[in-house]
Amino acid sequence: MRRIVATLLLALPILLLGSCSRETTPEAPDEVEGNENVAVSTLDVDTHLKILYWQGPTTLNPYLSSGTKDIEAASIVLEPLAHHDVDANMVPILATEIPTKENGGLAEDRTSITWHLRQDIVWSDNTPLTATDVVFTWEYCTAEGGGCTAIDSFRYVERVVAIDDHTVRIEFVKPAPYPYGPFVGSVSPILQREQFKDCLGARAKECTDQNFYPIGTGPFRALEFKANDTVQYIANTLYRDEGKPFFQTVVIKGGGNATSAARTVLQTGEFDYAWNLQVEPEILESMRGAGKGEILTGFGSQVERIMVNQTNPDPKLNEEQRSVYMDGKNAHPFLSDINVRRALTLAIDRQILVDVLYGVSGRPTCNVIPLPEKYVSTNNDDCLTQDIEEANRILDEAGWVLGSDGVRAKDGIRLSLVYQTSTNSVRQSTQSLIKDWWQQIGVETELQNFDGGVFFSTDAANPFTLTRFYADVQMYTNSFEGNDPSNYVESWKCGNVPGPHNSWVGSNISRGCSEEVDALLDALSETFDATERVEIIKQLNDKVVQNVWEIPLIHRARVSARANSLKGFELNGWDSEIWSIADWYRE
Amino acid sequence: MLKYLSKRLFFAIPTLLIISFALFAILDLAPNDPTSNLPITIPPEVRAEIKTSLGLDKPFHIRYFKWMEQFFINEPLNLIEEITGLEIGDSESRLRVRSWSSHSPVVDSIVERLPQTLWVVGLSYVFGILIALPIGVVSAYKQYSWFDQIGTFVSMVGFSIPTFFTGLVLIVVFSVWLSWLPSTYDTTHDITDLSSLWYQIKQMTMPVLVLAFYNAAQLSRFMRASVLENLNLDYVRTARAKGLRDRAILLKHVLRNSMLPVVTMIALGVPTIFTGAIITEQIFRVNGIGQLLITGINSADIPLVQSLSFLFAVLIVAFNLIADIVYGILDPRIKYE
Repeated sequence: MRRIVATLLLALPILLLGSCSRETTPEAPDEVEGNENVAVSTLDVDTHLKILYWQGPTTLNPYLSSGTKDIEAASIVLEPLAHHDVDANMVPILATEIPTKENGGLAEDRTSITWHLRQDIVWSDNTPLTATDVVFTWEYCTAEGGGCTAIDSFRYVERVVAIDDHTVRIEFVKPAPYPYGPFVGSVSPILQREQFKDCLGARAKECTDQNFYPIGTGPFRALEFKANDTVQYIANTLYRDEGKPFFQTVVIKGGGNATSAARTVLQTGEFDYAWNLQVEPEILESMRGAGKGEILTGFGSQVERIMVNQTNPDPKLNEEQRSVYMDGKNAHPFLSDINVRRALTLAIDRQILVDVLYGVSGRPTCNVIPLPEKYVSTNNDDCLTQDIEEANRILDEAGWVLGSDGVRAKDGIRLSLVYQTSTNSVRQSTQSLIKDWWQQIGVETELQNFDGGVFFSTDAANPFTLTRFYADVQMYTNSFEGNDPSNYVESWKCGNVPGPHNSWVGSNISRGCSEEVDALLDALSETFDATERVEIIKQLNDKVVQNVWEIPLIHRARVSARANSLKGFELNGWDSEIWSIADWYRE
Repeated sequence: MLKYLSKRLFFAIPTLLIISFALFAILDLAPNDPTSNLPITIPPEVRAEIKTSLGLDKPFHIRYFKWMEQFFINEPLNLIEEITGLEIGDSESRLRVRSWSSHSPVVDSIVERLPQTLWVVGLSYVFGILIALPIGVVSAYKQYSWFDQIGTFVSMVGFSIPTFFTGLVLIVVFSVWLSWLPSTYDTTHDITDLSSLWYQIKQMTMPVLVLAFYNAAQLSRFMRASVLENLNLDYVRTARAKGLRDRAILLKHVLRNSMLPVVTMIALGVPTIFTGAIITEQIFRVNGIGQLLITGINSADIPLVQSLSFLFAVLIVAFNLIADIVYGILDPRIKYE
């Protein structure tokens, strides 16, 4: 008896193992119509495109995305009315043209915008795209309890109406400063009403099949979706452009990290394209030496910057006071002195940061709005040259006296900073370089870093977030959506300062506040002339930079890699990197 | 025996409940946020709304009981329905434990990922055992011989070099320099014929090798120590005095006795097959259970991390029990009454 039990017990794990490993022959996904099961290794290599996103896509519904990876993975299936090209210009996709005042699409008072849909578009299930789909997409994203990530695009939208089958009018609650938010760019593509009509509001998250296998108008449709692992796509045979896409199958694989992702394209040649490769320049360069691929960069609006706290983050203060604006009554003990802030920015050598840490993926910048070209100010370019002598002179003149410990002080206040950022090897190296330069002007720096998941969190109870800003200065990358900074500049309003009164929800992170800036912002919201708007936005950029609320450091590019044989595109810094995949080909 | 078993099972219930509560509390206290990976252009007000839609605005105890209901009632019911094809109650509106990032049921993603984890981690465990046992026995029998010295050296190396290093070295040699093996594991690969089987073997080779090396290093040391201990015992001397050949003594008597603690070790290690290998899975993009857990942690996907860690806890409790019982059966001196 004992023996039998023993054998049975011993056999249990083996049986378990055996029974489970028999599952390894995956069955054809029955959620997908057609049931084509493509064995990747037996595909025609020429028309099979292998893409590596080291953060694997978790859903193909961009409205429920948990990161850029999802939005990009969905962008080859779902399409918006217009995309942005590499130069930040809008290109009509599902629309016949971009509505403007000249062609009558944009109302004179900017309270509405009318889009005309192309007549020849069909969904991949062979039903026509109509204006009701567009209206539905707006209802979907704004439905109560849906948790839609793109809701900001619809911020000023009062309603969306279908004029006829192929015309939609978007009406705004007030004259829209920037009317091209809704349905432009891969963050807000059009969903098929028929497929998603039962997925409104709280039900959105339960529609797993819809979210994993959306019906789209794009060049591909999803064949098999494994969250966070692999997405297999097959060419949409109903795609509008004859002879496109070149590739018949696409796979997006996830997992690993940026360095190993770069290796699979540049060194082993297992993949054709790898996304988001923020890797030290010398490592990338040595991988490129293998000659299998090319490193691509695409500049958009990303700027790595140091935010300078204008409120007092003293740990001795209580929660109601620490880093709270309090109508200007809680100014920072020394960072409220413009001379100190000026000296801090003068002491930084941005070119060295680029040479050592960013390589091709960055260039020095003195503006918080680095592109599109028309918005770029030239008034701040003197920051490009480091001037420690001048910084020291400014501090001397302002009465900050160098002490015996090498740190300047005035009236018992020492220039001693806490400098925080997220955990990332490039950021930590930047921190130590800057710490060294600041030491040369008599400023003492204590460095801190927090995990990205903690630092970028918006949890109101979490004291280590960038919105709480319990430090004197902090560094991260900020950017704006699409090609227009109108919404972004709003963040500098006095009213947007985060604090306990708004549960720390607010976008004016440096807590810089001035009547001048507020007046400019008010003027902007009433200005509709394009050139005047550009002028005001440039002035706003200059105010923020010259007040040194933010210290722009590096204009950052997206970095990706492609195999030598892959052609037909440039890296897009303004939209999904892969939305133009229909034009990609192999040579 | 049965009484003992039921008693142990009964005590496992409060243990697991306490574990589930502790897990939930720790995850709740962790300062990360499911919206922190969203593009920075998404304003904080929108993030707050997303969190409300995930139910994060509810108080702790409500979220905990909701998870308990979903995990202990809804998911088992769903499983029964899947297996039997019956419909129990209103299965349409029954809430399942859903991931916060993919919004799909957590159990489905676990099932989706088990194959690759069992293939890679399970095989490496089997290989590890197969390599370790003979090495351990021979090393002990020929203590301080050149075989023992080399065995000791190799297992010390395997023991002390982390898998992320051995993994990287293998990739550089076999993928970058020689281009023999793929550095990325294709989870969608189907085995249909000989050539696809060959591809499957190729893509498994490196991750299995790395893990098997690591497992074998640990186990062979343990086996060696256990055999050594037995070789000096009286019964061995008696057997020798009786004129038994060394081979018979070693394989019939010593091996059996020294297997006792080793089998327990092996049983206790079985849950690690299911928990996956976090680092090795990341390096080779095996994307099994270990990778699921780590991405869940990084994206503050609490339902996923909670359910996975709890399942691990169940496995560990279960295999502890199994190890105890196996021990009693293999060693007649131990009685459970």
